[in-house]
Amino acid sequence: MEALADNLLSPVVLCFALGIAARLLRSDLSIPEPVYQGLSIYLLLAIGLKGGSALAVASPAEVALPAAMTLLAGVLTPVSAFYIMRRFGRLDATDSAAVAAHYGSVSVVTFLAAGEAVRRAGHAGEDFLPALVAVLEVPGIIVALLFAGSQASGSWKRALHEVATGKSIVLLAGGLLIGMVAGPGRLEGVQPFFTSAFQGALCLFMIELGLATGRRLRDLRHTGARLVVLGCLLPLFHGALGVVMGTLAGLSTGGAAVFGAMVGSASYIAAPAAVRVALPKANPACYLTLALGVTFPFNLAIGVPLFLKLASLLQNS
Amino acid sequence: MTTLQKLTMVGERLLRDQLLDVLRRHGVSGWTITLAEGEGSRGVRASEWAGRNVQIDTLVSRETADAILEEVSERFFEDWALIAYTVEARVLRGDKYLS
Repeated sequence: MEALADNLLSPVVLCFALGIAARLLRSDLSIPEPVYQGLSIYLLLAIGLKGGSALAVASPAEVALPAAMTLLAGVLTPVSAFYIMRRFGRLDATDSAAVAAHYGSVSVVTFLAAGEAVRRAGHAGEDFLPALVAVLEVPGIIVALLFAGSQASGSWKRALHEVATGKSIVLLAGGLLIGMVAGPGRLEGVQPFFTSAFQGALCLFMIELGLATGRRLRDLRHTGARLVVLGCLLPLFHGALGVVMGTLAGLSTGGAAVFGAMVGSASYIAAPAAVRVALPKANPACYLTLALGVTFPFNLAIGVPLFLKLASLLQNS
Repeated sequence: MTTLQKLTMVGERLLRDQLLDVLRRHGVSGWTITLAEGEGSRGVRASEWAGRNVQIDTLVSRETADAILEEVSERFFEDWALIAYTVEARVLRGDKYLS
């Protein structure tokens, strides 16, 4: 209970709440598009560099098993999301595949918020975790689109191009590569810029995410209670699975908790664009509202502390 | 002064490259792109993260305009947020725009 309350009082979560409140109050607050684009570039490159410099000094054996687990999670979660949405969400194949693509991929901001929460609780995740985020981003989307199969009236080629060359994966993978090639020593010069302002930039970004979520909240009425409940249960299921897989892969308590949050999260940057192109008939109000309006705030407020609790229980047993 | 058609298309950011492809294939050699904001019958935009809508303006002959409108309406109107229309424009150096 205390962990839940402490999590809700972190600046990152409060800034997110501020964004939602501003939207609900019809405030004229908005983060200008170039500013949040700039912030997202900063955040993605920063975590890429951090992960890359950790990879430069990590032994391949240490990273191999977690990376394999990540790939496995990337294949499993879209499959379970598809069948759960089809069976319990009563969505058609196209909409189920669209939702599955989001839950199969990963939300970078959920990853960051989980890292924050874990650190405040006195744990630390492995430094190479950002590399796993990059691994988890793409496969889930591709697996989910396979389900749509013949329903995919859009262009496969264009969708793949959209996933593989989207700014999030280019910056993340590019940052990892730069960090790895340069190594911790050569990164010292740029480190102050990318680390000291990081938390503050994340707070600003969370305000924009809160505003976007606030817009989605209005769509909840049309989405229906059934999907909202699934939008909370799915991250719990995937997250718990992620914590178990992370622990089996030998991650620390903090690392397994963050890994759980990654696996339990739903993408809302890479996936929506790819899904829109590959499955233009799928309903954006359905998949965007679930990913951004339900699952993201749920993970932020409740999911992350629960994954941490589960991770420490597993670690101690 | 030559009378041409000003063809305007406003649509989701993700359609940008595909719309420009259509223009190129119909021999259009130039256009102006502006970022646009607005509301319409579709409401929700999946491309909210991909940025604002784009507006593409170009000057073409009536035949080219009709051909482009036909292709665009067939390919995109059903599933995408997109509007397209033409207005008559009196243009200086009209030859520049007729291919």
